[in-house]
Amino acid sequence: MYRYDEFDATLVGERVSQFRGQVERRLSGALSEDQFKPLRLMNGLYLQLHAYMLRVAVPYGTLSSRQMHKLAHIARKYDKGYGHFTTRQNIQYNWPALVDVPDILDDLAEVEMHAIQTSGNCIRNVTSDQYAGAGADEVEDPRIWCEVIRQWSTFHPEFTYLPRKFKIAVTASQNDRAAIRLHDIGLRIHKTDAGEVGFEVIVGGGLGRTPYIGHTIREFLPKKHLLSYLEAVLRVYNLEGRRDNLYKARIKILVNAGGAQKFTDMVEAEWAAIRKSEIDLPAEEVERIRAYFAPPDFEVLPAESAALEQKRKGDTAFARWLRVNTVAHKSPGYAIANISLKPVGGIPGDISDVQMEAVADLAAHYSQDEIRATHEQNLVLPHVRKDDLYAVWQALAAQGLATPNIRLVSDIIACPGLDYCALANTRSIPIAQRISERFADLEQQEDIGELKIKISGCINACGHHHVGHIGILGVDKKGEEFYQITLGGSGAEDASLGEIVGRGLSSGDAVGAVEKLVDYYRENRQDNERFIDTYRRLGADPFKEALYAAA
Amino acid sequence: MKAITGNRLSDGAVVYLADDDLWTTQRAKAARFDDDDIAPVLEAAQLRVREITDAYIINVSADGAPAGRTVIRETIRGAGPTVRGDLGLQAECCA
Ligand code: HEM
Ligand code: SF4
Repeated sequence: MYRYDEFDATLVGERVSQFRGQVERRLSGALSEDQFKPLRLMNGLYLQLHAYMLRVAVPYGTLSSRQMHKLAHIARKYDKGYGHFTTRQNIQYNWPALVDVPDILDDLAEVEMHAIQTSGNCIRNVTSDQYAGAGADEVEDPRIWCEVIRQWSTFHPEFTYLPRKFKIAVTASQNDRAAIRLHDIGLRIHKTDAGEVGFEVIVGGGLGRTPYIGHTIREFLPKKHLLSYLEAVLRVYNLEGRRDNLYKARIKILVNAGGAQKFTDMVEAEWAAIRKSEIDLPAEEVERIRAYFAPPDFEVLPAESAALEQKRKGDTAFARWLRVNTVAHKSPGYAIANISLKPVGGIPGDISDVQMEAVADLAAHYSQDEIRATHEQNLVLPHVRKDDLYAVWQALAAQGLATPNIRLVSDIIACPGLDYCALANTRSIPIAQRISERFADLEQQEDIGELKIKISGCINACGHHHVGHIGILGVDKKGEEFYQITLGGSGAEDASLGEIVGRGLSSGDAVGAVEKLVDYYRENRQDNERFIDTYRRLGADPFKEALYAAA
Repeated sequence: MKAITGNRLSDGAVVYLADDDLWTTQRAKAARFDDDDIAPVLEAAQLRVREITDAYIINVSADGAPAGRTVIRETIRGAGPTVRGDLGLQAECCA
C-alpha cells in the first residue's frame, strides 16, 4: 500500500517545524498577517467565517485504517468531533485553533499525512479514481502515475509560483470517476487496439467563474514520456499564462484564448526541445513506485458467494444496498463497497470521529486495511470479500453509514457555503438537506435512477454546480439568498457544462424546482434513459417550461 | 450604526470590539458607533495584530443586531453554522 519514502518524511517533518516557528512568530507579532497568510495557506490553513479551517490531503484518495484513526483522533482532540470530505479528496477540519495546528500537523506526519499542496498557486495534490487498484474496468492502477507526478511536482523549483493553482487528475477507466475533463490537466490511461498503454492528455478544463471542458491535446502519449510532456505543458503555461489578472490566470484561459490547436502546437514544440532531456523517469524508478501500490494478496475465491446470495434473498434492505452501493471488483469473489456520507437530511461529506473509527475498523477487518475518499464526498471500502458484505453492511448501518443512494438524487455534492465559507454568497448545505428529505423514499430514488445534483454557494464552484445534471448556484440579491438552476452538466466521461435555465429562485422554490424537473423527466423518459439523457434528447425548453409554468 | 468585528488570532473565533475596548465573542456586547466615527476605530483595531486578524466594519441596528446587505452572513458568523445548532455561540448561550 502507498507510503512515503524516507526522503519525504524528512521533508514533511522540516515543513512542520518551520511552520511551528512561523506560528510562534505570528503570535508574538513578529510576523504580520500579510506576511503570515501565504505561509499558512501553504500549509493548508484557511480562515473561514467562524474559525480557521485546515485542509488535509488524502493522496489519491487512499487511506489506511491507521490514518483514518488518526483523522478521528484529530477531530476529537483538536476539533469539534467531525471532519468534512471535499470534492478534491481532501478532508477539512472546520474549527482548529491556530496554536494547535503545528501539533495537528505533527500528528498527521506520524501517519505520513500532511496539508502540503492543498492550497496556493502550486501543483495541487493529484486526484484519482477512488476505485483505483480495485475496479473491474481499469487498465492499470492510475495512482502509480499520480505518485510519479507528485514526486516530480512537489516543491519543483520552477512550479512553486505558477500564475495560479494547478490541478491534475488521473484515471485509468472508460468510466470517469475523477472528473478529468474539468482539471487543468486530466490524464486517462488507455490501451490501444495494438495493446499499447499510454495517456490521453486533456488540458484546460476547469470550473470556477469561467468553466471549460478540457481539450484533448494528445490522444496517445506513451507512458515513458509522461513527465517530459507535462513539463512542456507547464512551461508553456508558466511563460504564457496571465499573471496580471487573477480571473484570467488559469491554464484554461490560455488554452481557450488562442484555441486548443495553437496551445497544442506550443506544447509539442516545447516537448520536441526537451523530450530527450532527463526529465522522464527511468523505468526502474517507475517500478519502484509501482511497488508502493502492489495489490494486496487477494484470496483465490469463487466469483459468487453462496452466503451472500442467501442474505440477498432474505433481506430486501441489504439487497438494495448491494444493488446501489456495491460495484464490481477486478478480483473474483470481491466487491467494492461505497459508504455514503449523504444520509437523508444530513450534511454531505461530514463524518463524525466515531464514524471514522468505525470505518477504520471495518477497513482493517474487511478491506485489506484500505479506505478511499471520492470526489463526490463519499468513502469506499475497496476490497471487500463478497462473503463479508453482509457483516460490513450491518456495521455501516449501525453507524448511519449505509444509506443506499450512491449516484442517486440524494447523493448530492454541496460546498460548505455560507454556513462556513467566508467567500460564500449563500448557504448550500440546507438546500442539499431539503432535497434529500424531499426524495427520502428509497424506492422512488432508485426509480429515478442516476441523477447528479451539485450545489455551490458562490461562483467559485467548489460544489461543481456547472457539471451537475441539475446544478444549483447560490446568488446574493440585496442580502437575500437566491438560487440559480443549471441543467445538463456532467463531470463524467460525457462531460458537459450545464445551461442556466432562468431567473433565480428562493430556497424553498429551489427545492420544489428540483421536484418539478424530476417529475417532468419521469413522465417523458424513454426506456432506460437517465435524467441527463432525457434532457439531452429533448433539450432545455420543455424542462424550462416545466420549471416555470406553474411557478 | 456600525460595529467592529474580526477573528481572534489564537483560535479564529469571531469577536467584536466591546465598550471596554476588549474583544468579546458576544455580538450583543459589541460597542456601537455612529457611521461618521467608525473609521479611526477600525484603524486602531487593525493595529492590534497580536489579538485579532481580518478586522472590518459591520452594519448593526440600534439594538446591535446585524443589518444591511450582509445580515445573513453576519448572523451566521455570530451564532454558528445554521446546519449545526450544537456548534458556535448559538450552542453556548441561552439567547
Ligand atoms: C471553505 C473554504 C473554501 C474556500 C475559501 C474555497 C475557495 C475557492 C476558490 C477561491 C476557488 C476558485 C478558484 C479559481 O477559480 O481559480 C475554488 C475552487 C474550487 N474549490 Fe474551493 N474553497 C473552499 C472549500 C472547498 C470545498 C469544501 C471543496 C469541496 C467540496 C472545494 C473544492 C473546490 C473545487 C473543486 C474548485 C473548482 C476547481 C477549479 O478551480 O476548476 N473547495 N475554491
Ligand atoms: S463555492 Fe464559494 S461558497 Fe462554496 S466553498 Fe467555494 S468559495 Fe465557498
